[in-house]
Amino acid sequence: MSKHVEEVKTTVFPFGPQHPVLPEPIQLRFVVEEEEIVDVLPQIGYVHRGIEKAIELNDYRRNIYLCERICGICNYMHGMAYSESIEKLTDTVVPLRAKYLRTVWSELARLQSHLLWLGFFSEGVGFESLFMQVWKIREIVLELNEATAGHRIHLSTNVIGGVNMDMDEGLIKRYYKDMGRLRKEMDSLAPVFYKDKAFQAKQVGKGILPKKDAVHMGAVGPTIRGSGIPQDMRTNYYEAYGFLDFEPVTHDTEDVYARTLVRFDEVYQSIDLIEAALKQMPEGPIVDKNDRFPDGVAVVRVEQPRGECFYYAVGNGTIHLERMRIRTPTLPNIPPLLHMLKGYEISDIPAIVHSIDPCMACAERITYVKKGGQ
Amino acid sequence: MPEMLGIILRNLFSKPATVKYPFEKPEHVPGTRGEISFDMSKCDQCQDCERLCPSGAIKVDVEGKRIEWDPYKCMYCHLCVRSCMHQAITPLDNVQPPVYRLEKKVFET
Repeated sequence: MSKHVEEVKTTVFPFGPQHPVLPEPIQLRFVVEEEEIVDVLPQIGYVHRGIEKAIELNDYRRNIYLCERICGICNYMHGMAYSESIEKLTDTVVPLRAKYLRTVWSELARLQSHLLWLGFFSEGVGFESLFMQVWKIREIVLELNEATAGHRIHLSTNVIGGVNMDMDEGLIKRYYKDMGRLRKEMDSLAPVFYKDKAFQAKQVGKGILPKKDAVHMGAVGPTIRGSGIPQDMRTNYYEAYGFLDFEPVTHDTEDVYARTLVRFDEVYQSIDLIEAALKQMPEGPIVDKNDRFPDGVAVVRVEQPRGECFYYAVGNGTIHLERMRIRTPTLPNIPPLLHMLKGYEISDIPAIVHSIDPCMACAERITYVKKGGQ
Repeated sequence: MPEMLGIILRNLFSKPATVKYPFEKPEHVPGTRGEISFDMSKCDQCQDCERLCPSGAIKVDVEGKRIEWDPYKCMYCHLCVRSCMHQAITPLDNVQPPVYRLEKKVFET
């Protein structure tokens, strides 16, 4: 063997848990050969908070506020999923108007989450002015949240059996007006997302997740829809989605750009769903109260902005729940992320990691402690 | 290029989207979930608010007819306002400015 042929050196370097690109603490150890990523080893467990145990120890009526704190961005859907699971355990029938109101507010939560992500992602790929533009638009949704429930992020309008707040004519008119404004603002940004070559350069053909692997690894939400599979929990018709006409947004290119466009198009879909739900919303009561204690087993699956969220609750007829299991969408999206990263260069890491919209604080439910305290 | 020129000119003469915070106050939204105030003439010390408070910010002293509310533990959900049978808790829509000392608020008869 010639002396001039050098062996390719394998290097391991850590990325995170604290890194300017990462919004949340996760450590990815990259095994690289020169610039190419050969293997990725994940390490989670930096923000374990023991929320499942806290839910079991609390009075079941106080848990809505605790569930809302699992994730700041998907807070409304967490409160809604918890209320739904308790409603199943206590055989409560939610009034139709409350179902419509929950649908409207969960779409509003999806809007603010997708706009937040589009901004974060633009910054991650080095387009800072687009980040500011998108967040300026997001302000419309946050102001609408504040006008509805008095808070910019935490609506806290769910109660077991319905909602605790109604919308009057004036507020509904404001919703229509602001949705029109939002659509107009999004139209002004559409050429950047669809045509800008510099914006596309870091995304097209990067982080490819083939259809077969996406299904095999159990990807959820925009990650799987970016691979062309129309998987959306809203098609299970929970709350008022059964009365609304919509199709899951999919893109077929299977790369980071497809996931960006799925989220961009879902903003328009959410605007349409809010307008349709407000148009159809019937008059009537907004809450059905009863004093039954939760008993039995319930499973609830809701579509959060990041994907499917799974709630499993076991009640034993007392004021405390026997068991609560929550699986948030980031956890099933980690194996596909590791698969996506292999074979790409170090400079592609920020765009690919951002493309699953990681939210580690939501995902961490279990911590293994080895003997000796490691 | 002409499109860019239009955007530059528009941005040059339009108002900024942000508020210069310490000098200029943000727009007040009526109905904002702010501080709470107890009306002790209506309160009968039933402790419903204390039991329901998700963050444990309210302490009711039944014998002393005294309520302590910790604004820094409170998460401003206004569950106590909705749960009070005697409408003794009034929701306010102010937002507290930053402070140097953490002090509890005491309501007495």
